[in-house]
Amino acid sequence: MSLAFPWTILPGLDAVHLARAQFAFTMSFHIVFPAFSIGLASYLAVLEALWLWTGREVFINLFNYWLKIFAVGFGMGVVSGIVMSYQFGTNWSAFSDKTGPVIGPLMAYEVLTAFFLEAGFLGVMLFGLERVGHRLHFFATLMVAVGTLISAFWILSANSWMQTPAGYAVNADGQFVVTDWLKVIFNPSFPYRLVHMVLAAYLTTALVVGAVGAFHLWRDPHLAGARVMFSMAMWMATLVAPIQIVAGDQHGLNTLKHQPVKIMGIEGHFDSYSDGAPLILLGLPDQQAGKMRYAIELPKLGSLVLKHSLDAPLAGLDTVPRENWPPVYITFWSFRIMVGMGFLMFALGLFSLWARWRGTLYRQRPLHAFAIAMGPAGFVAVLAGWFTTEAGRQPFTVYGLLRTADSASPLAAPAVGSSLLAFAIVYFTVFTAGVIYLLRLMAQPPHPGEAGPSRDKPTVAAGITPAVGSYLR
Amino acid sequence: MTGSIDIATIWAFIIAFAVFVYVVMDGFDLGLGILFPLFPEKTDRDVIMNSVAPVWDGNETWLVLGGGGLMAAFPLAYAVLMPALYTPVIAMLIGLIFRGVAFEFRWRSEGRRNLWDLAFAGGSLLAALAQGIALGAILQGVHVEGRQYAGGWWDWLTPFSILTGLSLAAGYALLGATWLVLKTEDRLRERAYHLCWYLLFAMLGAIGAVSIATPFLHIQYAERWFTWPNLIFTAPVPIAVACIGVLLMRSLIERQDTRPFFLSLLLFALSYAGLGVSMYPYIVPQSITIWQAAAPANSQTFMLVGVAVLIPLILAYTALAYWVFRGKVRAGSGYH
Repeated sequence: MSLAFPWTILPGLDAVHLARAQFAFTMSFHIVFPAFSIGLASYLAVLEALWLWTGREVFINLFNYWLKIFAVGFGMGVVSGIVMSYQFGTNWSAFSDKTGPVIGPLMAYEVLTAFFLEAGFLGVMLFGLERVGHRLHFFATLMVAVGTLISAFWILSANSWMQTPAGYAVNADGQFVVTDWLKVIFNPSFPYRLVHMVLAAYLTTALVVGAVGAFHLWRDPHLAGARVMFSMAMWMATLVAPIQIVAGDQHGLNTLKHQPVKIMGIEGHFDSYSDGAPLILLGLPDQQAGKMRYAIELPKLGSLVLKHSLDAPLAGLDTVPRENWPPVYITFWSFRIMVGMGFLMFALGLFSLWARWRGTLYRQRPLHAFAIAMGPAGFVAVLAGWFTTEAGRQPFTVYGLLRTADSASPLAAPAVGSSLLAFAIVYFTVFTAGVIYLLRLMAQPPHPGEAGPSRDKPTVAAGITPAVGSYLR
Repeated sequence: MTGSIDIATIWAFIIAFAVFVYVVMDGFDLGLGILFPLFPEKTDRDVIMNSVAPVWDGNETWLVLGGGGLMAAFPLAYAVLMPALYTPVIAMLIGLIFRGVAFEFRWRSEGRRNLWDLAFAGGSLLAALAQGIALGAILQGVHVEGRQYAGGWWDWLTPFSILTGLSLAAGYALLGATWLVLKTEDRLRERAYHLCWYLLFAMLGAIGAVSIATPFLHIQYAERWFTWPNLIFTAPVPIAVACIGVLLMRSLIERQDTRPFFLSLLLFALSYAGLGVSMYPYIVPQSITIWQAAAPANSQTFMLVGVAVLIPLILAYTALAYWVFRGKVRAGSGYH
């Protein structure tokens, strides 16, 4: 078959690998937008609340400024998210058949409690400020913000169940069935993952807001909107970055307890250590040879970090059958990138605190340069973190129970290869355009009297004042 | 066992309801995209976009509920149908990406507005065709072995699925045109009225063609429709379609702005009920019944609680959104 040709010349690219590549690709593009929307929706709710509370114009200007950006980002999150909800069936049908009774309801609840809430109030939030009363409008903003958090709750619960399955049994058809819904929803890794991810989303947004604020302060240190957004963002970085480091550490200890092999992959521990494992800072994992090459390591510190004792013995991948190894070259490096970003965020927070104390927050050029450089750091950290946890789950889809190779759809490689190619072309063109539009909006300084998304659009016929709005006003 | 049978039937109705609400709500929304090339003027396009901009996201959420609900309530059906419909589903998703981002992108790119208008139109048409083709592919049945799809990735492509693809696109375009009659004024509304006539005949023709072709797919479909005593219930369906068609024509002649849209929805409802009559109790025609595909009763019950509380709530705040943005849409202050 001629269509098979392009795929046969690439060895190792069977249908399952292509499906994994497609899922990783579409998921990586998708996660960036919700990570931003979760934080931004909450930020918008805070801005609108501050405006309603203080009546200061700068808050509504900032609200309208970020609302336009939110609209573009949210749209991209929605369309890339619809792809995800169908991809379980199209590419992972065996997985869907087997786990549908468990994670299907979790995702159905996400749609019912979160997606509809966001979508239902998004229109009012974006275009309704002049059509409904202020309180109803604030309620809409709040519902969108709450919706993004509820969404995170359910999807992370489903994801965590795949990492640390609980509350299930297996029926005669090989399907996972639920014995205890509370154990399914609140499975062992879920609380840690939820906290870690929501904090990550808040930090990601704070860094973007901070970078945009710093960018405009660079040109005009007296711009009121830029000052307010920069100050708020730096408070977030100062306060949340250290909390996130603690939360991440706790999440890591939880992983050690429930997915020790993933930690071996993260730490690059190919070998077992009987009296104190080293902390490998950097190195080149050689999966084939089962060795860490060019390792730069601190003796015994690995045991100190993981076991809180210098001499605690630590098992390595040599105790695990090779067919159960995660891809160490991914987990090892993506984890280090994530942690590195985390400490840079912490440093930014401290730097801003020092500048604030010195009274130079709005004039400190090196600080502004640092904040601008850190603008994308949240996205990098989020992606690196997800690579760590998802690649660390391999070679299973449901950890220890269902292998990835047994989860895929019965599709031929040409089918999956074609769709992967199509997604790659479409995502790169569409989302590149979207990111350019986002950056263009961010390059505009926040003006006094900033218009919301509805100002530059035709509005609905005037003359009818919605009754709902008027008595809530 | 009887308990789980009942709940499976309830879930079949819930999924059918979600899909129908999707077809109704996103149908007119996609239809506007299909009609976009027929309205080349920028002001008209702005008005058309704005008539759905505040609600399109909610409309599309029903598609996510249809997919997610199917996975949760009938995982086997989801697992068999999605690979069987691989190509049309991927095409639909790509179409929805293009049209979905166009809502915001066209306002953000002065120079490339025409490009995003094209993305909106092309994406809408692609999604509509793909959904119609998927429907045809389901009706004609898919090759199942064990718990898996066992066919190829082009099995869906038949004259029948092409017919259903074109039919659904025509139907969506009719919904779009009648929506414009409902939501716009003056020249734009006149043009929409004019289009309604062509699209109504296309839709009625499509309903006729699909109805005639379906019984030839499987003997079961013919028996379902044309044997005694089923005939008592099935015979009035075409008569009702004809009656609604006549009412719709009258409302177009009499220029009643609201009626054509709701009568078109009624046409969709009847066609949809007809599909239900053909398929029930199969969820993958001729291979898997709703009971074979059903998730264990405790999964279905767990969700049923949520659905019973949340769907009415969702319908309520969706209605609120439509209410806030009710009335005719006019070109805005910047344009007159």
